[in-house]
Amino acid sequence: MSIDTKVKKLTRQQMAWRAAQDIADGSYVNLGIGLPELVARCVPPGRHVTYHTENGLLGFGERPPAGEEDPDLVNAGKKPVTLLPGAALFHHSDSFAMIRGGHLDLSILGAFQVAQNGDLANWQAGEDAVPAVGGAMDLVSGVKQVFVLTEHTTRDGKPKLVDACSYALTGAGVVSRVFTDLAVVDIRDGHFVVLEIVDGLDLAGLQAVTGAPLHTDGTPGVLQAP
Amino acid sequence: MRKPVYDLAGAVADIPDGATIMIGGFGGAGAPVELVHALIDQGARELTVVNNNAGNGAVGLAALIRERRVRKMICSFPRSADSSVFQELYAEGALQLELVPQGTLAERIRAGGAGIPAFFTRTSVGTPLAKGKEEREFDGQRYVMERWLKADYALVKARRADAYGNLLYNMTARNFAPLMCMAAATTIVQASEIVEPGGIDPEAVVTPGIFVNRLVEVRAPAQEERLVAEGVRYP
Repeated sequence: MSIDTKVKKLTRQQMAWRAAQDIADGSYVNLGIGLPELVARCVPPGRHVTYHTENGLLGFGERPPAGEEDPDLVNAGKKPVTLLPGAALFHHSDSFAMIRGGHLDLSILGAFQVAQNGDLANWQAGEDAVPAVGGAMDLVSGVKQVFVLTEHTTRDGKPKLVDACSYALTGAGVVSRVFTDLAVVDIRDGHFVVLEIVDGLDLAGLQAVTGAPLHTDGTPGVLQAP
Repeated sequence: MRKPVYDLAGAVADIPDGATIMIGGFGGAGAPVELVHALIDQGARELTVVNNNAGNGAVGLAALIRERRVRKMICSFPRSADSSVFQELYAEGALQLELVPQGTLAERIRAGGAGIPAFFTRTSVGTPLAKGKEEREFDGQRYVMERWLKADYALVKARRADAYGNLLYNMTARNFAPLMCMAAATTIVQASEIVEPGGIDPEAVVTPGIFVNRLVEVRAPAQEERLVAEGVRYP
């Protein structure tokens, strides 16, 4: 299924911006590798968000200027970061106590598939690749709230929002909200509930690229981002 | 108690074939490259290695794997842009993989060091990684039982050690090292400097010396990422 060119699909940057609007002031947040990393730059001014990375750091900031990178100061994606005033360093067991003990408020992750019951598959696509799980299973089972940030469909147009995940699960019933390039969708009581849709696309159009029934709670708003 | 100070070769000389070895590091951050190279030179085979990853480029852990010294990897994330050595041998069936969620890996190591033979966690419930594991319900939630993880040896990198084995690390190079120091029968530390007792503020000690058995001073340790970027191959 292809999407009409009239549809105002969000760019990756815009998707990140939209997700950032839903991060509450004062949150401790873990951002997954890749697209979710873009979210940090889009948090509205005035909100204080503290970022956590699995490899033992709370309170990190942007990549340092070229030439000032320290290979011993990296995030979970092994990219160089900086220490903000008030940062804390700790070992892996403390880091995952923050995750598994329910101390982090929010995790934003990518996905291969999200099911209408909140199941998430984001670590193993098929049997042939070398499996690698990292901290994803810990994050989804321990962090208070899990958002997914992902394109609405795969590169070849297959739905990523599905009735049941066909790929190996990362966690069962763990996702509460999904931000895509086409819509913002909540997961409530085993259903997808559409909150916002981009301009140029109606509910029927969104349904056509979604693998499970869409529900609404009032008229969906317009999904737009600067 | 003062801990014996060795040279690199002497520190790893008694590691036997078939040993289980924990190697500190998260990617290159904290990777004890010199100790791993000494282990390659030493020749021990059929090793089980515990690390978060599975090596990068053609140095350190990747070189140990390439030299076919490793029988089994226990790790959370064996895939990266530079991990082709692991991927080739794994595809060939020359290497076993036990994939463990990162937090479970850390906690299993901590449990091994703390005398806790098993624990329950929500992580991996309902996923293929929980297959074959005991599950129990506590307060209405399902949990998976995980076993402790212990090792014969740990190889870790520290920024500063005092003569009693108290350790400080550098930034996020700390990662798994303090846990591994606890969980190994023999912990071997390469430190950029070894100072006299009192040279580390007791309030700042990260790993207390009781968890450390051998010290090696490596004044300007190689950084794995730089070796990989320069295309260095060991040996």
